[in-house]
Amino acid sequence: MSNAKMIQSDVSSVLTLQEMAEIDHELEHIPYKSGAAIDALKIIQAGRGWVSDECLQAIAKYLGMSSEELEGVATFYNLIYRRPVGEKVILFCDSVSCWISGCDSVKQTLSDTLGVDYGETTKDNRYTLLPVPCLGACDRAPVMMVGDDLVTHLDDNKINELFSASKTGDQS
Amino acid sequence: MEKVLTRNIKPGKPPTDMAAYEANGGYQGLRKAMSGMSPQDCREVVSASNLRGRGGAGFPTGMKWSFVPMGDKCTPGHKYLVCNADEMEPGAFKDRLLMEYDPHQLIEGMILSAYCIGADISYIFIRGEYIVAIERLRKALEECYAKGYLGENILGSGCKLEMYVHPSAGRYICGEETALINALEGKRANPRAKPPFPQVSGLWGRPTIVNNVETLCNIPHIIDRGAEWFKSLGVGEDAGTKLFGVSGRVKNPGCWELPMGTPIREILENHAGGMQDGLQLKGFLPGGGSTDFLTKDHLDLAMDYNVIGKAGSRMGTGTMIILDDQTCPVGMVLNLIRFFAHESCGFCTPCRDGLPWTRQVLEDIEQGRGKVEDLDTLEYQINYIGAIGNTHCALAPGAMEPLQSALKYFREDFERHISGGCCPYHSGKGA
Repeated sequence: MSNAKMIQSDVSSVLTLQEMAEIDHELEHIPYKSGAAIDALKIIQAGRGWVSDECLQAIAKYLGMSSEELEGVATFYNLIYRRPVGEKVILFCDSVSCWISGCDSVKQTLSDTLGVDYGETTKDNRYTLLPVPCLGACDRAPVMMVGDDLVTHLDDNKINELFSASKTGDQS
Repeated sequence: MEKVLTRNIKPGKPPTDMAAYEANGGYQGLRKAMSGMSPQDCREVVSASNLRGRGGAGFPTGMKWSFVPMGDKCTPGHKYLVCNADEMEPGAFKDRLLMEYDPHQLIEGMILSAYCIGADISYIFIRGEYIVAIERLRKALEECYAKGYLGENILGSGCKLEMYVHPSAGRYICGEETALINALEGKRANPRAKPPFPQVSGLWGRPTIVNNVETLCNIPHIIDRGAEWFKSLGVGEDAGTKLFGVSGRVKNPGCWELPMGTPIREILENHAGGMQDGLQLKGFLPGGGSTDFLTKDHLDLAMDYNVIGKAGSRMGTGTMIILDDQTCPVGMVLNLIRFFAHESCGFCTPCRDGLPWTRQVLEDIEQGRGKVEDLDTLEYQINYIGAIGNTHCALAPGAMEPLQSALKYFREDFERHISGGCCPYHSGKGA
């Protein structure tokens, strides 16, 4: 009997068949169900943008874990989002090489342009700004990721080019 | 100099696919091993080559592998090989290059390493932000399965190996190998107590080897061309070549493959082009954010593990971060300590509480609120949380390395912050 048939109805009312099938696929090479905890969180997040309380509880039940244990896992990892995020997450590198190359002032310009600080989402819901450990592109510092794209050699002009349409003033 | 690891990497050109990799000698090492070398033969070549781990610790790879139980000494079940592709050390940017531009080299290295230790399942544990590398590695894996280099019966040898790309969900601490194993098991990435060592009891309690990307990329060449050839590549004590990087305010920041033992001055001046106009070198971290500062007095040292070790630092990842004379050393150390405080897993108290305390003291000094006795507090922290054994893992001791050496070489700068009540670099007074 597949996992999909064994689970209780309240789980299947939250998770889609597709999501459960993807989790089952991960479980094929994992000896214990709870071993797929991070994979399952990522699968849910990939489709929904973030992991809600409801989803977290459903995943926990699906994997036979307590929701508290899964919450401990989810909140450990900075790329698992337990609050809604915008359409794209900006991961801004503020580690040492970017700092030497002037990322503090770029960050200020970025925050002023988008009207958000770390942990906040723009009013138009397009961007969420988060800090990230060194992005491993230090020869092109300062750098950040916008969604899946690495943006290098940041300066005020580049920020203006990228986000001129999102200026806070434009949304009034 | 002969390029080994980067021979297929040409800036601006597309990454190497299977056809291009094989056309330039790729999978020769694998074919050689599968047609007549036993796993023990291969391990002996790697041991004899003096390859040392390129992730930062420099532990001899052959010796690391020698602790894996083999044959009758191993209980029945899986053995695992894990590639640590979680490059997140501040200032390190070498593994990204290897994975984005020559994914097959890493995969061949992993197939051979798995063969050496008898592993039948392997993972590339890669940070989630390396989107391009993840995509290219997955495509390369498909090519390998299609060609029979992976799967149930590799090149008709009867050996089998499955390989998965496993994007991580974040956190610097996952680079610590036992934390990485916990992350692979779907748990919080707290490092594990050792012993047992992963070689004996790692992923799912089974024998596991975790090796860095660059380490594994060396394996095909060592198997193909032998230990003596590999040793002859180094110009100092250590064997092989190394990806050395320079970041900071130099003319030409970048990453270059050079012989082990290349003098620091040559890397900084010939390859990185020296300092940007108007700036002087004040100091540098030779191998990433958790290594001790060295100064211009050390420029003629060779980039060898023991040479840099004797000078009071570590070669670490080999990616140097340059401090110029117009960047505040207190600010730089504060940036690093802030990073490590943020990335502490929180498991042990000295790290969880000691690093934020250290950060607070440094913030006070940097912002002009520092007191003379704050320097004693910093010394106390260095001696307490910087001592291996007082913390659960090496994160906090690593964090103390740039701080202790900054206090040694740039103590005047700390004192000027305190006596002047402000940061002399930010107030426009200059260095």
